[in-house]
Amino acid sequence: MSFLPFAVAAWLFLVGLYGIVASQNLIRTIISLTIVQASTYVLLLSIGYRTGGQAPIFADIPATSNAVDPVVQVLMLTDVVVEATITALLLALAIQAHKRFGSLDPHELRALTD
Amino acid sequence: MSRRTRLTFFGVAVACFGTVLVIGFTGLPPFGDYHGVYGQVLNGVAVSLRHATDIVTSLNFDIRAFDTLGEEFILFSSVLGVVLLLRQMRKEDEQESEEGEQEGEEEHTFAGASEALRALSLVLVPTMIAIGVYIVVHGALTPGGGFQGGVILAAAPLGVFLGGRYLKMKRIAPDTLVESGEAIGALGFALVGLGGLIFVGIFFKNFLPFGIPGHLLSAGMQPIASIAVGLEVAGAFVLAWTEFLDQAMLMSDEEDG
Repeated sequence: MSFLPFAVAAWLFLVGLYGIVASQNLIRTIISLTIVQASTYVLLLSIGYRTGGQAPIFADIPATSNAVDPVVQVLMLTDVVVEATITALLLALAIQAHKRFGSLDPHELRALTD
Repeated sequence: MSRRTRLTFFGVAVACFGTVLVIGFTGLPPFGDYHGVYGQVLNGVAVSLRHATDIVTSLNFDIRAFDTLGEEFILFSSVLGVVLLLRQMRKEDEQESEEGEQEGEEEHTFAGASEALRALSLVLVPTMIAIGVYIVVHGALTPGGGFQGGVILAAAPLGVFLGGRYLKMKRIAPDTLVESGEAIGALGFALVGLGGLIFVGIFFKNFLPFGIPGHLLSAGMQPIASIAVGLEVAGAFVLAWTEFLDQAMLMSDEEDG
């Protein structure tokens, strides 16, 4: 079952992508995008995992212990920050779109379709 | 393009993409068998070289601090974008709400804010501030650091909002305080980097004594960097949330007539 984490990452990515394409509501599109981004967390963390490895924090374990890779964890932290900021920006844009077009349906955004 | 054609296009594209994805994933190291040299070396030497027991924080605020500088300014500029996008619309209603604040009668109360919720928020706010500060300053020792602690700190004023006291929340965390907190945090982290340039000649090279591993004041510049980032993250999130909540208030005011 060692392929399972990667399968979860791929599934999250594709499901999120479907959500973005099929969504009729901008808020749902944004949530789908966060699901796509969640797949990168799963992928990064499962790449860095080592069987039996502990968290790379040596406060109470011996310095020679088997620990998982810290580099991908830092990358994931960056990823979380970027996701939070992108989501905030997109939600602000969705509010503006709603004010201007009175709807959150992407098809109603006239300036994009004309 | 109709919804049907769009989904058909998506079906074809996603089948191709899925195939490539599976082929790509087969080239990855098997789960649990990763032998990235960089990470292993860091796990081995970071404690003795940096005197920090949390390698993730060590990477964030020392070894890869330059990347964190970029990450921090992504946060800074995108929150600036949120403010720019949302604040221009607020202007037209600003006059009214300012008058309301002066009268002190404009307090928004929510149907969901019961006495029990208010009592809970009274307990939650100081607890969250304490946990947030703890996580920020212990970043180099145990799991946590500026980013994680900053978000917890930012959630504290939201407790006041949960208790149905939005204007009071704005009094506890006024815009000018939050904005300057965010800016000072961003500047502080850049100054930590400049400190390295000035005192030891390399940007973001540690220039403070390392101390004893496991002690609160250890790991050189990492605790200071962590506090700066914590301040910036807390400010950024409170600012973004306040902008969104202001929008919600405006909209509910419009609905009320």
